[in-house]
Amino acid sequence: MAMTNYLFIGLLLLAGVSFALAPLVVVFLVAPRKRSLAKGDTYECGVKTYGETWVRFRVQYYIYALMFVLFDIETVFLFPWAVSYRGLGFFALVEMSVFLVVLFAGLAYAWAKGVLRWV
Amino acid sequence: MIEMSNWALPTVGVWAQITGQSSLVDLTQWTLIKWALWLFVGFFGVFPGIVAYLVWAERKVAARFQDRIGPNRVGPLGLLQPIADAIKLLTKENIVPRSADQWVHILAPVLILVSAFLVLAVIPFGVGMAPVNLPSGMIYLVAVSSLSPMGIFLAGWSSRNKYSLLGAMRAVAQLVSYEIPQVLSTIPIVLWAGSLSLVDIFDRQLETGWFVMSPPGLLAFIIFLISSIAEVNRTPFDLPEAESEIIAGYHTEYSGMRFGLFFLAEYMSVFGVSCLATALFLGGGSLIPFPPLSDFPVNYLGPNWLPYILINGILMSVFLAKVLGIVFLMFWVRVTLPRMRVDRLMNFAWKFMVPLSIANVFIAAIWYELALRPGVRFMVAGFRLPNAFVGWLVTGPTVLLLVWFVIWFNRMVRSSSEEMPIVPGGPRVMVTGSKIAAR
Repeated sequence: MAMTNYLFIGLLLLAGVSFALAPLVVVFLVAPRKRSLAKGDTYECGVKTYGETWVRFRVQYYIYALMFVLFDIETVFLFPWAVSYRGLGFFALVEMSVFLVVLFAGLAYAWAKGVLRWV
Repeated sequence: MIEMSNWALPTVGVWAQITGQSSLVDLTQWTLIKWALWLFVGFFGVFPGIVAYLVWAERKVAARFQDRIGPNRVGPLGLLQPIADAIKLLTKENIVPRSADQWVHILAPVLILVSAFLVLAVIPFGVGMAPVNLPSGMIYLVAVSSLSPMGIFLAGWSSRNKYSLLGAMRAVAQLVSYEIPQVLSTIPIVLWAGSLSLVDIFDRQLETGWFVMSPPGLLAFIIFLISSIAEVNRTPFDLPEAESEIIAGYHTEYSGMRFGLFFLAEYMSVFGVSCLATALFLGGGSLIPFPPLSDFPVNYLGPNWLPYILINGILMSVFLAKVLGIVFLMFWVRVTLPRMRVDRLMNFAWKFMVPLSIANVFIAAIWYELALRPGVRFMVAGFRLPNAFVGWLVTGPTVLLLVWFVIWFNRMVRSSSEEMPIVPGGPRVMVTGSKIAAR
């Protein structure tokens, strides 16, 4: 029984992909296809695109991504704690507060270091 | 849900063999019929229909807010407008730039639409009316909803357009930042329900009343709504597609039906997060938010078919009404507020919402101890105080104090360190303490 529900998720995944691809197939069949040099240009407000687009991007985004991974893992730890909270008693609350305070200290450190400042 | 096994049909062994885990997969023909109904009526019929008319509703509502009429040419009240739009999109040429990565360019909108689709799979629309009841529903939702940033990034990257790249980068930064408070604000719900399954969360709210009816629940609901609006890239958080700066952001190079898929996915996720907010905080389809009667239509559920259908009819219409209420709120926010500045957007996520939602987890635990834990009683001079009253008395001021503290702390920190006032006509000036450095 346990796996049956996940089978539906698999079906739904296939259904979602086909639901997204079906209109594209219709477009392939009915819509006009006239290629031209100007149409295939990159659209940047009519100005010819200059230089390479796939460049190394700002490090700021990377830092936010790191923060995200940190806190996302935290939530993964928080979910099981929250589910079994009622049976765990007072000690679990204390333990989770220690965990959260440590994590919060990380956020505070990043904040104080100016990592969270958008420049 | 109501047990149908007394007239259930024999197990379909073929399916179990195909999946190769016959001991774990238990498929009856009834389950298959139910799934087929969900897929073809729900996911291919009703949900896209609702979503198409959400677009119409948004255009009408926005028009009314701006003292216009809105679509009224195609059909009465413009009701056929979504169909006309679909026909137009289907017959338009697909223009893909030469330098784009062709396959990833197709893959991106598909991925986003699939993500929006999968979110709807665990929503309990009524009693026994969830497409599936996953025991790990909330974690599934976190996993599935983080597919869409990936799709958006693929779209922006594969287009090989600088505006697309900027939009995609902004989008990913914004989506990952607001995902944290969105997920953290559901922790109180999981804590109170003691389960990750959305069906259990719905059942629990029938006992205890809507989860929004408590100070930490209200705070969590507001955080969830704000971060949901950010998650679906709508004004005031629509920087990824800010049309006045970067054309259309990550979908600049998408035209015709491929753009239509992005559009569909956006409105489908608007519908999805509204369903989620309703199921998590507003008690799903239940009518009365307070305990004595909070299980009102469901307590008349009997072994017969007729009350089952009637009650589910009531539940689903109430559910839809709540969803439309939240969607209307989103439209209202969209036509009222201007777009945020990018640094303020990120600050708001990390410096307001994340601390608030983390602290809110503790207040939620206090609320559980005071108001929800069975067997807890408060006696004052021989008179029993209602648990909810004590809960409000303790957590209400705590929540207010918390919100005030976070705002106060942010003001203090900002005024003492850095702020970038924009001087009209001059360069941007950064004030650091007493020193002024031109940037």
